[in-house]
Amino acid sequence: MEFKDYYGVLGLERSATEDDVKRAFRKLARKYHPDVNKDPGAEEKFKQVSEANEVLSDPEKRAAYDQLGQGQSPGQDFRPPPDWDAGYEFSGAPSGGTHDFSDFFEAMFSGMGRQTRTPGTGAAFHKRGEDHHAKIVIDVHDAFEGASREISLRVPQIDSDGHLVVRDRTLKVKIPKGVSEGQHIRLKGQGAPGMGQLPPGDLYLEVAFKPDRLFRVSGKDIYFDLPVAPWEAALGAKVEIPTPTGPINLKVPAGSFHGQELRIKGRGLPAATLGDLHAVLKVVLPQADSDDAKKAYEEMATKLAFDPREKMGA
Amino acid sequence: MSEDKGHDQTAEVLDDQIEWSLQDLSTACQAEEHWVAALVEEGILEPTGQGATQWRFSSVSVVRVAQAKRLTNDLDLNPPGVALAMDLLDKIATLRARLKALGE
Repeated sequence: MEFKDYYGVLGLERSATEDDVKRAFRKLARKYHPDVNKDPGAEEKFKQVSEANEVLSDPEKRAAYDQLGQGQSPGQDFRPPPDWDAGYEFSGAPSGGTHDFSDFFEAMFSGMGRQTRTPGTGAAFHKRGEDHHAKIVIDVHDAFEGASREISLRVPQIDSDGHLVVRDRTLKVKIPKGVSEGQHIRLKGQGAPGMGQLPPGDLYLEVAFKPDRLFRVSGKDIYFDLPVAPWEAALGAKVEIPTPTGPINLKVPAGSFHGQELRIKGRGLPAATLGDLHAVLKVVLPQADSDDAKKAYEEMATKLAFDPREKMGA
Repeated sequence: MSEDKGHDQTAEVLDDQIEWSLQDLSTACQAEEHWVAALVEEGILEPTGQGATQWRFSSVSVVRVAQAKRLTNDLDLNPPGVALAMDLLDKIATLRARLKALGE
């Protein structure tokens, strides 16, 4: 097991005061909180910071950690000596974690109280299981047809010896059609087991879409870029376009311009109120790479009184 | 590794269609009613109906309450602080979605 440098995690010296610990933790917690920071590494960082705070903000745990940590360097292989905590008296019930802290933490402090404060929750002993929250990533196409997905979850559990272990669990989930990005689905009874006679918690999954080559999703609406030739935009055209459910024909009206959005009603995500499909026009210029092409551009230059920089006032 | 084979777990989609009472929501979120009511006072939740006994919450409120609970515990925020953070997070999410739709 690796020795954890809790002072290093919070960017503190060993002489840090209680206030220093609190300030450093608050600052880093705000920065890395997974609700605030969507970077992939943020959640892990937040866990490390919380774990460090859990130890350093509690005088009993900090004293034990300081004593044990003498002569240790971060990352070094570490075994706690047997009965190392005999001289300390710890308050509180054994932890039964909502955070999955490191093996190092569990080995050192699993017999000590965890400072969990849950606002507005009642008694701790007959307790419904915790709800779990996770993310599920699906294709845009899955939202049209519904999908079956296997998801792996890491579930902290208390084993028969009272130790906290992390178990892997695979769950087959049927995703109904018509879900949209950021929407949540609930699986009843698939959260953490309850304590005493009370039922397990629920599992909540937040739906996210895998980036698609063509389609971008915003709420119930779908956007895609539609390349058009300058004459198609200017004169109007009938073009075949892709949709998540297969190609359809679209009329590009005369006088269309670059960046214009053409809305195809009801071709977005399926829902009680159907979403729309939006074609975002991208006017693409043919290259002047042949005599004919050059001639066509030169003809436009002489025949059209066109100043693209008119509005710049230069 | 254990597997729950045999039948698929059918997911229930949380949306604006299903309506819960204050008691339903508090039970589902393992939170006390007065704390959930404080979230309503701050505008974090917007139930329909007049007065706590008449309130009806959309089922997606569960997710809002869970987020409020995390922010409260992890960052030691009070309800006004949670409300401010959630407003700003909502704004960022809207802007991000808009950027994504524009293909930036």
